[in-house]
Amino acid sequence: MSKISVKNFNLYYTNFHALKNININIKEKRITAMIGPSGCGKSTLLRSINRINDTIEGAHTSGEINISGKNIYDTEMDVDVLRRNVGMVFQRPNPFPISIYENVAFGLKVNRIASNKSVIDETVEKSLKAVLLWDDIKDKLRKSALDLTLERQQRLCIARVIAVAPYIILLDEPCSSLDPVATRRIEELMIQLKDEYTIVMVTHNMQQAARISYDTAFMLLGELIEFEKTEKIFTNPSRKETEDYVTGRFG
Amino acid sequence: MIKLSPKLSQKLSYSILFLATILAIVPVVVIIFTIIKNGASAITWDFLTSMPKDGMRTGGILPAVLGTFSIVTCAISITLPIGVFAAIYLNEYTRNNLLTRIIKLAIVNLAGVPSVVYGLFGLGIFVMFLKLGVSVIAGALTLSIMELPVIITTARGALNSVPYSFREASLSLGVSRWQTIRHIVLPNALPGILTGTILSIARISGETAPILFTASVFYVPHLPHSIFDQVMTLPYHLYIVSTQIPNMPKKIIFGTALVLLIMVLTISFMAIIARIYFRKHRKW
Ligand SMILES: Nc1ncnc2c1ncn2[C@@H]1O[C@H](COP(=O)(O)OP(=O)(O)OP(=O)(O)O)[C@@H](O)[C@H]1O
Ligand SMILES: [Mg+2]
Repeated sequence: MSKISVKNFNLYYTNFHALKNININIKEKRITAMIGPSGCGKSTLLRSINRINDTIEGAHTSGEINISGKNIYDTEMDVDVLRRNVGMVFQRPNPFPISIYENVAFGLKVNRIASNKSVIDETVEKSLKAVLLWDDIKDKLRKSALDLTLERQQRLCIARVIAVAPYIILLDEPCSSLDPVATRRIEELMIQLKDEYTIVMVTHNMQQAARISYDTAFMLLGELIEFEKTEKIFTNPSRKETEDYVTGRFG
Repeated sequence: MIKLSPKLSQKLSYSILFLATILAIVPVVVIIFTIIKNGASAITWDFLTSMPKDGMRTGGILPAVLGTFSIVTCAISITLPIGVFAAIYLNEYTRNNLLTRIIKLAIVNLAGVPSVVYGLFGLGIFVMFLKLGVSVIAGALTLSIMELPVIITTARGALNSVPYSFREASLSLGVSRWQTIRHIVLPNALPGILTGTILSIARISGETAPILFTASVFYVPHLPHSIFDQVMTLPYHLYIVSTQIPNMPKKIIFGTALVLLIMVLTISFMAIIARIYFRKHRKW
């Protein structure tokens, strides 16, 4: 079953045509990876799925992105609600310069999803448990989030997203500022999370895509070249460009 | 052309740069020294807390101190919120098109308009047209209009210094643009805004021209009661005791100057302390 269905989608940065007629169906409760050389539009496509690209001056789109059957680019779409449902984790961990607890509680409090302290406490605990951070930091919840290691900061950022109860999580190269050990641990976390969330991940690391994703999209110069089962992309791609890329001939 | 050896030209340019620095510092030191030397003996508790007497030749400067204090307080409470809101609007809500570029450029340039022009503007608009008369409020409005571009510019700088990634993180949690500004951008910009505001207070405390026609008078026999009162102010009082009254004791003139100087320097110093504190406790 497909959760996110992109139809004839184009995105322009002012005059630059960054995404060219993209069509793709992303499955529910799976990890979908997006790969491709630098500048091919992976981040742009990912950022179109929660319309965070709207904040960029000069960015405009055509076509549709349907989530659960609703076109998110419809004029009556409430962007804030959309973004609550479609969480995003960025390349560099970006916790707010406040306490660990306040980071996780932020979306709940500000969005008035919960105002009861015990409900908030509970959600904070549940979210930190979901990212396997709770046991390590349950005594340091009032400490600044910026004192955590980068890996823990990234986990915290994922917990912050989970706290507002999205059903899709977008991750843009979430491991690129982490060491290999931390990277593996975040990957394991994603494998666990996919049972509950639809996950779309951009990565530069092809092994990572091969290890954890179900489907893989290969992009080149703003176009979607191939979208297939990960296994097929890496072992028997249909397109020459894909083969060249995954075998390391360019990129 | 005489050819200098590299070593000699190095020494020569060093000396010139050093001399220029000295030339810049010496007058300031001389001024401060002269004021302290001639004015220190005037400064007593009595001088600060009593009314002027004998045509200002004896007594204190309390009404001038209070007048300046009330005008500056009023001006900052008007200009700060307007300035910060305008900065938020310009930074966070407008697209970068020709019109907004012109507005931004105009604001930067307004900061260079001579203060006497603001004084005349205040006289025309607030004192005469709005019939506020020569009063604390007219002076405060004039000062706040003069300081607005500076506040907007510093507030925009402070807002810009908040990392864009904080905004993105907040927006991507479904937090609205305004809530993001309120809960993420503003708290993190506050140190910069605060430091800028303190410096603005220091700057407008010493301004004379904008309040000359709008708030300040030669002498008021009582302390200010309301914002519609005309008042004495420190900078204007200094001008009067220095030039308008014959046989003025030197002590009083320099004492008044010293009080004004200490006031402005103390406020600036507070800004420096605040800046050091915030830099040390900066979290990103
Ligand atoms: N804000 C922007 N304004 C103009 N052009 C942009 C902007 N952001 C990205 N681009 C351009 O759009 C194209 C796609 O960028 P995008 O960031 O999506 O690539 P990417 O595949 O994520 O690359 P990377 O692997 O380096 O992260 C690039 O050519 C880039 O220069
Ligand atoms: Mg990218």
